[in-house]
Amino acid sequence: MTGFAALLARDLRLVLRRPGDVAVVLAFFVVATTLFPLGIGPETNLLQRIAAGVLWCAALFAALLSLERLFASDHEDGALDLLLLAPWPLELAVLAKCLAHWIVTGLPLALLAPLLGVAFGLAPESLAAVAATLLVGTPTLSLIGGLAAALTLGARKSGALLALLALPLCVPTLIFGAGAIEAAATGDGFLVHLAILGALALVALATTPWAMAAALRQAGE
Amino acid sequence: MHFLANPARFRRFGRRVLPGLALATALALGVGLWLALVVSPPDYQQGETVRIMFVHVPAAWIAMAGYALLAALGASLLVWRHPLAALVARAAAPVGATFCAICLLTGALWGRPMWGTYWVWDARLTSMLLLFFLYLGHIALSRAYDDPERGDRAAAILGLVGVVNLPIIKFSVDWWNTLHQPASVLKLSGPAIHPAILTPLLWMAGALTLLYVLLVMLRTETEIDRRRLERLGDEGA
Repeated sequence: MTGFAALLARDLRLVLRRPGDVAVVLAFFVVATTLFPLGIGPETNLLQRIAAGVLWCAALFAALLSLERLFASDHEDGALDLLLLAPWPLELAVLAKCLAHWIVTGLPLALLAPLLGVAFGLAPESLAAVAATLLVGTPTLSLIGGLAAALTLGARKSGALLALLALPLCVPTLIFGAGAIEAAATGDGFLVHLAILGALALVALATTPWAMAAALRQAGE
Repeated sequence: MHFLANPARFRRFGRRVLPGLALATALALGVGLWLALVVSPPDYQQGETVRIMFVHVPAAWIAMAGYALLAALGASLLVWRHPLAALVARAAAPVGATFCAICLLTGALWGRPMWGTYWVWDARLTSMLLLFFLYLGHIALSRAYDDPERGDRAAAILGLVGVVNLPIIKFSVDWWNTLHQPASVLKLSGPAIHPAILTPLLWMAGALTLLYVLLVMLRTETEIDRRRLERLGDEGA
């Protein structure tokens, strides 16, 4: 467990030394979301209707954008080889890295999204729902994206490939995340959606570390 | 399974089996098409367009079974290091993706006269489209590495993850669709299928399955040859 904490602290420290990397992801999220009203038109009714889907899709893209480097920098400087040789489970190591990724992307995205929701004219209860669904849903994105990052480590055009692999697998989270916000607006079934979102996160938590570790082991061979 | 693990033995096996398989495919396809296009009566509601179903439905079955096959091949590569599994998976993925595309395209052609539109965001159509994307990911990943064996193993893991996720995706898409358009016009819950339709459907399903197996075997032989050539090239360099 100390290894887990140490790896988590190391990854967070690395991000803290270069806060610009996180800022770029958040800026992408804001800019991408802002483009939708410009492309679709400023009618408030329409914007309220699409806000949930737009915020979730933009969060998904922003999370994926930052995942390409999740294992790549460790792979380049040799830290990954040490993790592979370390006497404690690689599954825990990848979990620590995904947790660090969630803390520096998922968490800020969830806090930032309600502010953008205001610009889409969402009601206060919907804004709370936006934050709640992103808090519960983004860990799944970090885990599935982490798996895609592990699978594409060292591949040609790994960024586009990562998105192609991760996006279909993220569909359930997107459906229930955006669905929960809509359910909160109509006032029924919000907790059901949130519970399923949590269940998806738990399934991802229980399955993806094994697949990620297997992918990294065969990358190290 | 293990009998065919040796690529050279697989080639000898293929040389014995392939001519007969090709003949059987051609015969079954001939009979199936004749039954489907000539013998079977037009549907009382759908008219002649019902004949699209004789390709559409088997293509959907094969596309789904083909992804399950990819996962099984992935498991046998990762667990038993079966040397041929990777080559068969590499050969089978594009064939399965093509059947998936045929299913989507014939569905669109059937949908235009029947529903008045090429595409609807119906749950079944959407999950088929997502299956197609999963196929694309598998194909792209297996070919994304300079070292082909690296791509084979990554794609094997992806196939297993995909097959675990497919039911979840299917379930959530069903939920999403009922959430957005509860009164679906696309329910095909007609009466049980009449033998006049069922017989050609089963013939076509059998014929297209044979075609799938034939194509996968031919492409596997090509993959074996390609690996050999690459290895020769490496040694020559």
